[in-house]
Amino acid sequence: MTWAANPFVDPFAANEFMRHALLGSVLVALVCAVTGTYVVLRGLSFVGDALAHGVVPGIATALLLGASGVLGAAVGAAVMMGAVSLISRKSRLSSDTSIGLAFVGMLALGVIITSRSRSFVGNITQIMFGELLGVSVSALWWQFAALVAVGSAAFVAHRPFVLMSIDDGLARTSGFSVTFFHSLMLGLVGVTVVASFQSVGSLLVLGMLVAPAASGALVARRVSTMMLVAAVYGTLASYLGLLASYHYDLAAGGSIVLVSVVLFGLTALAARLFGRPDNPEVPHQHEHRH
Amino acid sequence: MNRTSAPTAADGFTVHCESLAVGYGRHTIVDGINLRLHAGDLMVLIGANGSGKSTLLKTLAGVLPALSGSVSVLSRAPGATPKRAAYLPQHPESSHTLPLRSCDVVAMGRYAHLGLLRRQSAADRAAVSQAIERSGVGGFAQLPLRELSGGQQQRTHLAQVLAREADVLLLDEPTAGLDLNGKAALASIVAAERSRGVTVVLATHDLNDAASANSVLLLAQRVVAVGPPAQALTDDNVRECFGFTQPH
Repeated sequence: MTWAANPFVDPFAANEFMRHALLGSVLVALVCAVTGTYVVLRGLSFVGDALAHGVVPGIATALLLGASGVLGAAVGAAVMMGAVSLISRKSRLSSDTSIGLAFVGMLALGVIITSRSRSFVGNITQIMFGELLGVSVSALWWQFAALVAVGSAAFVAHRPFVLMSIDDGLARTSGFSVTFFHSLMLGLVGVTVVASFQSVGSLLVLGMLVAPAASGALVARRVSTMMLVAAVYGTLASYLGLLASYHYDLAAGGSIVLVSVVLFGLTALAARLFGRPDNPEVPHQHEHRH
Repeated sequence: MNRTSAPTAADGFTVHCESLAVGYGRHTIVDGINLRLHAGDLMVLIGANGSGKSTLLKTLAGVLPALSGSVSVLSRAPGATPKRAAYLPQHPESSHTLPLRSCDVVAMGRYAHLGLLRRQSAADRAAVSQAIERSGVGGFAQLPLRELSGGQQQRTHLAQVLAREADVLLLDEPTAGLDLNGKAALASIVAAERSRGVTVVLATHDLNDAASANSVLLLAQRVVAVGPPAQALTDDNVRECFGFTQPH
């Protein structure tokens, strides 16, 4: 491997596929910053995980039938959301258990579907881990459309989303339908996952959804700041991850997600070391609460 | 935005329940509840944990459906008048992890008036700053919720309820986590709201909170007693209210 004159810029200046990869992963970072903020505030990480895995059989079926992977992912996500809300409504088990079962069931279905075709092994790897270095221009446009759609929906639904992150009853008594806005939030997670799987893969999208937003929650005092921090962290992770991927020949999607998880770890550490409550009534950080 | 004057419901009652049964799903917790509250009334719900206080308040707030009987708040179905009824949930969950400043949480009290997209008017901002001042939130209004003590968080949530400028306040254990100063402040806030014609329904397990009430409702997974404090708060009733054993 020969080092370029400027190892931080040249990989992108010299290669179109690297520019497309950077654009694709930054679009993932931005859409995930918006959705991930609400996912983290509402504690829906597990639902995001379930959706991310639930799209696998949908994509696999679509590719088997020669249809669009995005369409298959959308169907898979819709089935998964239906299953999650049905199980958690009808079952006496906690939502976590229901979602976990729906999640593993969908993944098993994905594996079974792929086992029907010998030539499928390459595709299933792409589904789960992305093909960032081969992302197409049309995929970038789809991602951009998803970002606009998710951003607009979040702008409109921001107030009920924030109320729901404190208490569902608070949203209900403020005149907002919790059923509707909860479904909308799940829909945004679904769109985000579907729009992102081609770049970072369905298994890794959860890292982009949760890690930057969780970092934002550690340092921000306002929801808008949290979202901004998430966008900056995600963009930084995209750049650093791609750079590492290029120079050291690492998997691109994995590198990006690993960088954002490491950034979260460093932020958590810094918050613990340097964060101080400037509130005289709370002498200790670990206050006993009921 | 102008304040509505003292609410006048069609039947004269701000809160009206007839043979109301409350609970979760098919599981009734309390039935046979009859309430007739007027503007300016304070009704205190007294009972131990699990007695049905919170369930009744959630039903009045429209968070839970009534299981049977009838219930109306301001002559409408519960929850149908979000601008005019405000609900303080018990121990709002996960709030300590939220990146929200205390003043942001108070401002959320105006969302019922603002809906999805309307911008805050000067009147909205005035209602918020007034609520912050009255609840004693001013000293920590700029701090994030997660850095506040339990009592400061409770004051913040109370200020949010006041910022709505509602005609019916449904408060679930508003004194939880408050020190003596906080409890006195809450009592004077409740008194001021009542003098404006606001109806207050307040759940507590502290008998002291019932002193200034028009009426009290003693609950123990059934109605133990209802009426003015002097009549309802007999030793027998109180013992029955707090001495019950969980049947489940």
